[in-house]
Amino acid sequence: MVGVSSYGVHIPVWRIKRELLGKGLPGERAVAGKDEDSLTMAVAAALDCLEGVNGGSIDGIFFASTTPPFYEKSVSATIAAVLDARREVFTADFSGSLRAGTTALKVALEMVRAGSADRILVAAADCRLGAPGTPLEQTFGDGAAALLVERDAKIADVEFAAHVYDEIYDIWRRDVDLFVNSWEDRYVYTCGYMRVVKETISRLMDKSGLNLKDVAKVVLPVPESRRGIELAKSLGLDPKTQLQDPLMEVMGNTGTAQPLMLFAAALEEANPNDWILMASYGSGGDAFLFKVKENLKMPSLGKKKIAQKIANKKTLPDYITYLKWRKLVKTPEPRVDMTVSYPSAVAIWRETHRIYPLHGVKCKVCGTVQYPPQRVCVKCQSKDNFEEVRLCDKKGRLFSYSFDPIRENTPVGLINLEGGGRVFLDLTDVDAEELKIDMPVKLTFRRVDLRREDGMYVYFWKATPIRE
Amino acid sequence: MPGVRDKVAIIGMGCTRFAEHWDKSVNDLIVEACYEAFEDANMEPREIQAAWWSTARSGELGRSLAYPLKLNFIPVTRVENRCASGHNAFIDACYAVACGAFDVVLVCGAEKLKDTGLPIPGDSNPTDLYTSRVDPRFMPVTSFAQLALRYFHYYGIPVDEGRRILAKIAVKNHYNGSLNPKAQFQRKITLEEALNAPIVAWPLGLYDCCGVSDGAAAAIIVRADLAKKYRDDYVLVKGVGMSTGFYHGQVQDDWSLTHIEENFRAARMAYAEAGITNPRKELDLAIVHDCFTIHELVIYEDFGFSPRGKAKEDVDAGAFELKGELPVNTDGGLKSFGHPVGASGLRMMYEVYKQLQGKAGPRQVNIRNQLGLTHTCGGTPIDSQTAAVVILGLR
Repeated sequence: MVGVSSYGVHIPVWRIKRELLGKGLPGERAVAGKDEDSLTMAVAAALDCLEGVNGGSIDGIFFASTTPPFYEKSVSATIAAVLDARREVFTADFSGSLRAGTTALKVALEMVRAGSADRILVAAADCRLGAPGTPLEQTFGDGAAALLVERDAKIADVEFAAHVYDEIYDIWRRDVDLFVNSWEDRYVYTCGYMRVVKETISRLMDKSGLNLKDVAKVVLPVPESRRGIELAKSLGLDPKTQLQDPLMEVMGNTGTAQPLMLFAAALEEANPNDWILMASYGSGGDAFLFKVKENLKMPSLGKKKIAQKIANKKTLPDYITYLKWRKLVKTPEPRVDMTVSYPSAVAIWRETHRIYPLHGVKCKVCGTVQYPPQRVCVKCQSKDNFEEVRLCDKKGRLFSYSFDPIRENTPVGLINLEGGGRVFLDLTDVDAEELKIDMPVKLTFRRVDLRREDGMYVYFWKATPIRE
Repeated sequence: MPGVRDKVAIIGMGCTRFAEHWDKSVNDLIVEACYEAFEDANMEPREIQAAWWSTARSGELGRSLAYPLKLNFIPVTRVENRCASGHNAFIDACYAVACGAFDVVLVCGAEKLKDTGLPIPGDSNPTDLYTSRVDPRFMPVTSFAQLALRYFHYYGIPVDEGRRILAKIAVKNHYNGSLNPKAQFQRKITLEEALNAPIVAWPLGLYDCCGVSDGAAAAIIVRADLAKKYRDDYVLVKGVGMSTGFYHGQVQDDWSLTHIEENFRAARMAYAEAGITNPRKELDLAIVHDCFTIHELVIYEDFGFSPRGKAKEDVDAGAFELKGELPVNTDGGLKSFGHPVGASGLRMMYEVYKQLQGKAGPRQVNIRNQLGLTHTCGGTPIDSQTAAVVILGLR
């Protein structure tokens, strides 16, 4: 039956104590690193989801976010390039409301059900901005989740789904807005959230003929912990046992990614044959009833990826760092040398393979793996006699490194990859003092901090210590 | 006999003070250096038949040299090979004289960094590896710092101990610079000052790095058999060498990052031509590319002054100090002169030229074998380099 075969999550390593966002506030929220956005986080979740699955076997790639880095330029195509997906793979971006993640999931399920695809990857990510000092800033969290939808699902089948649209001005962001707007709290929750999510779930239960008591875990969209509990109670659920922990204290509301991420968290605690309900909210509601497979044999299960990613964290020292990372304070443009040049769209296009999936080459004569791809072998000088090799999934060791204040102490280093090949990359999510020669590292796709942007965002791989 | 050995002579040299020349243009520096050289050679500028002009970024085509000097429609070749530009221009000029194409040639290197700022590798000279702009960009110091960390790691030298060795090189070069009125920094420093200075790129501190300065230097070279017409104490070119890497340290994953192959090759090429088999014993002095102290340390080994991994012991023994066995960077080096990229190579030759003539004043070393080496190296250990060596001698 059609359902979910794998899941992936990305929670940035960075946290900010809510105390720094508002006096006396409990817990912390996840904050995307300086070089992260919804694109890079979706890539990370997609790679996490596909661990062990060949990117070449995917038929569709969907990206969902209310905070895509581009209004015009597809993120799903970038994810496809990173995954080395086949050229004819169907890609689409979903946006418009926090339902975008589940909307993408719905389309994936229906496409697979209709037979136009066997395997579709859905990645949702958000990095929303609440105005400084507002509850939105305090409750939001950055993160991404991905689900793999397959005809013969390995983890959970989707048995029922229900959808409701709703025209309402409750939470919105105009084309000119940086921050998310909202109307008065009580109106938003009474007339929007509570009413619509309840309606959607009740339609789902009617369709299924089941009773909510039969459902082991309910994943609700949770803008604030308190509202989640209120909604659960009004649905007649036991918030202690049936409501999936929304992870608000440790992560925050991850927007379009939230339902997918919390569903993944529910799966990690699930038993065979459990019913799991997942609902989302935004200009309407989506709800799905999953049945966990009788024969759970997913290697990822039991690994508790989410708990691990929540535990693997670094804390922002102060609020100004957060503001700088999100570019919410203007700092003077650094004076740059007059010869510093702009990125070239032409060269990026020409080098797509060596940039997005980090392809190197392996010499067919002497076997030397080299990066970037060469025409003439660096070792044996054979000409044009190589096979391309994917390097971005390789772990490696830090061969040497340094950092300097001119680059704001962002470390840079040479990395020797397992199986051969050496790459020269920035290091990220690490303090310089943590670095040691020969320490194990992995690669992560990030936004490049350009000295001159020319209206472009540029992405490339960086290295980060293996902490798990 | 192939090569340039004994076929080319330097008959005049000039060198400005290297400093933050806020009040001078690159043209002023060119005129100052070249006219000192004309005067030193006791010749008229119009005798120059061709010129080679070295600058990394303070000028473009040959006209940037022809304009201030009013070189009269003669051939002027501009050479750019980053920090090795000066040596490269000099070597090319030697080839032109040695093959008989020209008899009297001017070589000038000049750079005005303080007007514009430093070139940033990967930006100033876009290569195909970099035009997309996705790869990390970094300052040269950050590359040499990685050489230092790997060198220390490879030879089991604790980082603190390694930093102390490097600081001793800085102290030596600052001492030599304190004796040189043309140096940017004419001040002695202590080991403690060097070790306690702010870190620029771990593990390199402020005193591990050369300064940023403006300057120009020039040489007039002639066919060796014509040299006597100009002066008795002319200086001969004994051997030249160049070597260029190919991003090997980055593309090929088994390079050790504990030495610089280009330096090794360029030196061997020059030694072969000059007939040098034991550089430590045969050279009277060496002026080498100490852009960062770690570079000078690995040069000792690549140039055969010290066995591999043993440079540390020679530094501790003072082997390369002014009164040591083989004085290195007697003029104060890049450490004291700063590094106006295209000018540095000729500045080094100026020191060896003066030392061989016995005119180095308080820095004068004992000239036994009448041989001195100069060396510059453009690029960095991570992205590969061009190294160039010129060995000068008396008759």
